[in-house]
Amino acid sequence: MGSALTADAPTQPSQPSPARSTPVIELAGVHKVYRTGSLEVEALRGISLTISQGEYVAVMGPSGSGKSTLMHILGCLDVPTSGMYWLAGEDVGVMDEIELAEIRNRRVGFVFQQFNLLPSLTALRNVEMPLAYGGVPRERRRRQATAALERVGLGDRLAHRPGELSGGQQQRVAVARALVTDPALLLADEPTGNLDSSASEEVLSLFGELHRQGRTVVLITHEADIARRAQRIVRLRDGAIA
Amino acid sequence: MTWADLFHTGWDAIRTHKLRSMLTSLGILIGIAAVVLTVGLGQGAQQKVSKQLAALGGNLLIVTPGSSTSGGVRGGLGSASTLTLADATALTSKTAAPDVGGVAPVLQRSESLVNGSTNWTTTVVGTTASWLPVRGRTLASGRFISAADESSGAAVTVLASDTAAELFGPLDPVGQSVTINGVPYQVIGVLTSAGSDSTTNLDDQAILPFSTASQRLVGGTDRTSVGTIYVKAVSDGRLSAAYQETNAILGYRHAITSSSTSDFTITTQQSLISTTSSVDKTLTNLLIGIAALSLLVGGIGVMNIMLVSVKERTREIGLRKALGGTPALIRRQFLSEASMLGLTGGLLGVALGVGGAVVLRHFISNPIAISVPWVLIAIGVAITIGIGFGVYPAARAARLSPIDALRSE
Repeated sequence: MGSALTADAPTQPSQPSPARSTPVIELAGVHKVYRTGSLEVEALRGISLTISQGEYVAVMGPSGSGKSTLMHILGCLDVPTSGMYWLAGEDVGVMDEIELAEIRNRRVGFVFQQFNLLPSLTALRNVEMPLAYGGVPRERRRRQATAALERVGLGDRLAHRPGELSGGQQQRVAVARALVTDPALLLADEPTGNLDSSASEEVLSLFGELHRQGRTVVLITHEADIARRAQRIVRLRDGAIA
Repeated sequence: MTWADLFHTGWDAIRTHKLRSMLTSLGILIGIAAVVLTVGLGQGAQQKVSKQLAALGGNLLIVTPGSSTSGGVRGGLGSASTLTLADATALTSKTAAPDVGGVAPVLQRSESLVNGSTNWTTTVVGTTASWLPVRGRTLASGRFISAADESSGAAVTVLASDTAAELFGPLDPVGQSVTINGVPYQVIGVLTSAGSDSTTNLDDQAILPFSTASQRLVGGTDRTSVGTIYVKAVSDGRLSAAYQETNAILGYRHAITSSSTSDFTITTQQSLISTTSSVDKTLTNLLIGIAALSLLVGGIGVMNIMLVSVKERTREIGLRKALGGTPALIRRQFLSEASMLGLTGGLLGVALGVGGAVVLRHFISNPIAISVPWVLIAIGVAITIGIGFGVYPAARAARLSPIDALRSE
């Protein structure tokens, strides 16, 4: 595990590592083909997309449009079948499983629809988890995780377990976990899908704030009124940008 | 992720499923308890034997007559008593045998002892005053035969405890007399109980001065012939030196030029160890069987529950991978969890084994010794079993694709 985390306070978005001009995301002719038995499904058909530092982009599309596949590739959970993907200047296409784990750890902050918090751990220890995988020493881990939770307005909930928090609070813990490593990309997959309208508002205004502070946010959604809050909307249809 | 983090995580998982973890480690628990008990029984028996040997004179050499050659015909082993009182005396030389601490010549006969209307057949041992320290015996009452008794051929006897009880019941026999071959002997002392070695009851014998026994019981012309010479080394560590000296002195005195013509045999009490360490073999075998089976079943239990755990926590594994967990770290996480299941079983097993030893002590005659190194080995075995049977589930967890894992319900 690399210890590439240099920033101490996750509340201070840093400049993307190489240079300001380097796009956070650069996709060039990305194809993704899934093979199930003799059946070949082309989930992505030549996606080219550039997202710059500080952009707030919503990826929209009906189910089956390739949204999830694109999100997996953007999040370095999967690699393209063909085409190129640079994340903050790093060529993801050539990475093996271990390098992918490391770049996910350093460069991507995930927010999932189902929160994906570990129920047996406190909010603080949930947020510490990516730092632990990044090899950050215990003391600094605690400090950074506390700061991240304070950043999302949960400084008084450090010792609470997910079960003791509301849905909106749980998703904010997840956002704190995504922020804590100071990633180049904040990747949210239907982050309000499991929330009621007031909790959705809570979480979406948090993304708006983070964007205003200079974070790069990519939000995947199928709801138009959520997508409208982003600066730019990328519409997907049948695996291609519409 | 440091090892501390991994163990912290593993411990959390075990704590979250307390009952399940307890049931899983039950097999290992019973296995380890059985191991602790088996080893405890074995070591207890060994300690008992060495204590017995020390009491009987553990650093003891026993010299017995070998074969004799008369008129070109070699008799069988022990066919003639070639050992003499002079041989015994020669062994007491501090210059020729510096490692010999004591020498006791012994003549043995089975005789009937009579007290009034009671009679009891026992082994009558004719020996010298040094018999007491050489055989490591003590007196319960009265005195032992003295050099004066020896030189005067006094009609005195010292009885072993069982013999005294057979002849005199609960009464103190010291000062009373018993009749052997029609001659009355005064009882001057009683030996404390020493139990029995593999073949003889050490508490059933009557001790006479050597001269008295050879004159009155053996008779004949050969009054210096000796049945056995007991030689005690100055310490356990000098036993082999004492052996060499004894062999050399007797060889010289008997003009032995090669070991094949030797007319005496020297044995040590080491041979006793094997016969006396008769732990209850059935119990030991039963416990070993239980231990092996339980540990196997326990290991399979660990594997089973770890597979269930991996299945149940597929999403967690997906999340951990998404957050930067490499396959190696995921594997380590589940291995440390499995090893902690083993450790839990091991610790509880040791507790049960020690508790069992305390209880069993009241039901069986053999002592049970709990040894710390073996307890540590047992815990190590338990951890190893946890790891061994955790390898496959951990590998499965490490192989999961993060996307599939995150998608799972």
